[in-house]
Amino acid sequence: MYRYDEFDQAIVNDRVEQFREQVNRRLSGELSEDQFKPLRLMNGVYLQLHAYMLRIAIPYGTLSATQMRKLAHVARVYDKGYGHFTTRQNIQFNWPALKDIPDLLAELAEVEMHAIQTSGNCIRNVTADQYAGVAADEVEDPRVYAEIIRQWSTLHPEFSFLPRKFKVAVTGCREDRAAVAVHDVGLRMTRDEDGEPGFEVLVGGGQGRTPVIAKTIRAFLPKRHLLSYLEAVLRVYNQLGRRDNAFKARIKILVNSVGADEFARMVEREWRAMPDQELDLPDGELERIQAYFAPPTYADLPDDPPAYAAWRRHDPGFARWVQANVARHKQPGYAIVNVSLKPHGGAPGDATAEEMEAVAELADRFALGEIRVTHEQNLTLPDVRQEDLYQLWQELKHQGLATANVGLISDIIACPGLDYCSLANARSIPVAQRIQERFQDLDRQHDIGELKVKISGCINACGHHHVGHIGILGVDKKGEEFYQLTIGGSADENASLGEIVGKGFAYDEVVDAVETLVDAYLENRQTGEAFLETYRRLGAEPFREKLYAAD
Amino acid sequence: MASKAKGPKAVTANRLSDGVVVYLTPDDRWAETPDQADWAEHPQAQQALLERAQAFAGTTVVAPYLFAVQPQADGTPRPSHMKEVMRAKGPSVRPDLGKQAEWGKQAERGKQADWGKQAGSGRPAELADPGPGEER
Ligand code: HEM
Ligand code: SF4
Repeated sequence: MYRYDEFDQAIVNDRVEQFREQVNRRLSGELSEDQFKPLRLMNGVYLQLHAYMLRIAIPYGTLSATQMRKLAHVARVYDKGYGHFTTRQNIQFNWPALKDIPDLLAELAEVEMHAIQTSGNCIRNVTADQYAGVAADEVEDPRVYAEIIRQWSTLHPEFSFLPRKFKVAVTGCREDRAAVAVHDVGLRMTRDEDGEPGFEVLVGGGQGRTPVIAKTIRAFLPKRHLLSYLEAVLRVYNQLGRRDNAFKARIKILVNSVGADEFARMVEREWRAMPDQELDLPDGELERIQAYFAPPTYADLPDDPPAYAAWRRHDPGFARWVQANVARHKQPGYAIVNVSLKPHGGAPGDATAEEMEAVAELADRFALGEIRVTHEQNLTLPDVRQEDLYQLWQELKHQGLATANVGLISDIIACPGLDYCSLANARSIPVAQRIQERFQDLDRQHDIGELKVKISGCINACGHHHVGHIGILGVDKKGEEFYQLTIGGSADENASLGEIVGKGFAYDEVVDAVETLVDAYLENRQTGEAFLETYRRLGAEPFREKLYAAD
Repeated sequence: MASKAKGPKAVTANRLSDGVVVYLTPDDRWAETPDQADWAEHPQAQQALLERAQAFAGTTVVAPYLFAVQPQADGTPRPSHMKEVMRAKGPSVRPDLGKQAEWGKQAERGKQADWGKQAGSGRPAELADPGPGEER
């Protein structure tokens, strides 16, 4: 894992003390709210519906058990005992008191955590595949490059005041678990004809009120040019991005208005005009950072040891959990374990202090002390021995953390919605809970198979509804909560935007409508076909017909 | 951010030091429940209410604004719209948190809020435009 150097630690410590000063001056009235607001936003402090909200960065979604314990401590001491993991692999606390936040941040700094680059018009916390370093088919560990981008972008003088926020995601393999196609810049590691690793560069993706799937502007970029090329992208954006209208300021609008080809040419021109290799990764630097992410020393273990196979045969609950929540590891004898934060009846992505501590402890005992946060708001233990899986599962079950639903209909992404968010039109969390309740029966969920439901409480799309296999968007209809459904969205390597199925549904109707869509799928699917595949084969018509049959 | 909709209004804000939702009372205190809030019917009186509140924006509260209320038979106001009901109580999905947690103990309103029904309490179309939000 990346460890701070002295420089990082000094920056973070300075920021805490600076912010402490600023908070004091605000509390004494020396600073007005107008003066203070940009300062608090630079430190991740928002004002929400009920209270302040603090967003803490989890770079590329990687946490140590020690850091997780600190988050649990923060939840208990500074909040109301829980936190919310977000779609950008961060964590939010919903109730901290402003007067306590400097102390809170000082505690976080002890474990190399902070809230820098979690808000404002800067290059935000870079996200990455949660299976980074352990995915079976990976070209390279994407976190190395996420970290390089982080170091380059943190407090970058030229890019601290961009036209709008800027989000970057990196995946190390063809399979995309990081939703790179809906980011301002998405980087996908690939190889050229000679087998040299590099990046496919995607630009101009995003969600919000204008959803766009990113366009590839360079099919292959050699690794060492990563920063100079990104710098060129940002320079073009910084010069031409619209600052006059916040709704049009994202890079996706610029790419759309000039066209991806022209945008690519502009970047290329800017890039080639840079002093030769000005920003190329110096020799040694890449290796230095790679060393932080060096794989652990794995034991020499057989794949699928007998005890593991036996428990799968004898314990159907375990078998089901393995099927949904356990993924293939690159190393024989090891496995990747997903810990669902979508227990039925919970709030998607929420974890209590006790749960955080339990996961930290299990990570120490079974997973080399490392934890990942997924953009689908779950946690991942990346390095578990297959021979330990049965015991790990029992302990997770004991903590209520073994819901066997990853990738299934109850593994829902939901934004905070009207329960917490001041911009919301409608609630998201209770809709997710009602869907979970309706599809409580895990056998039924497993029969339905992969189905990603994503819910946003307003058009800002924090809940990724545009890329849900079934997307649910809260709208306001004459003062009532109303929900518009889309189908056919996807955030993976074959990304697509969902299409609206038709008129929306009231709060009390929306779960029935989702069930009707599922029924339409079940009636039409061919053997082995997932929801999205049936939609892609047949289009929206059979779904529409069933949904609006009664009209 | 004065609301354009007609009808009675009160002023709410968040307390500066800890963010708790508060309401301006007739005697210029900041109470934690809306039933203690001062309210006004006429736009001019509402403007005056807001100005009284803004005088506290230095060291006491953050971002005061007017919101629609329905005065009850006893003259105490209640928030009309879902978002303000939510602020007054706490998250609908966590009845154990926020102000509703204490109300529950007092069994004050006789019933634990039925959030399903509250949904239909009618928010004016203007609120569809995100109100006093901030850039994320
Ligand atoms: C509760 C407070 C939150 C507020 C008020 C808020 C607000 C916003 C706003 C205004 C946007 C649109 C920005 C734009 O179009 O440029 C946005 C986008 C987004 N937010 Fe949030 N957000 C909140 C919480 C969250 C949470 C909890 C998550 C994760 C679950 C999240 C993830 C995202 C994502 C992924 C986007 C899409 C970015 C894009 O446009 O591509 N936000 N949010
Ligand atoms: S999608 Fe809308 S309601 Fe949901 S968190 Fe984002 S801004 Fe709030």
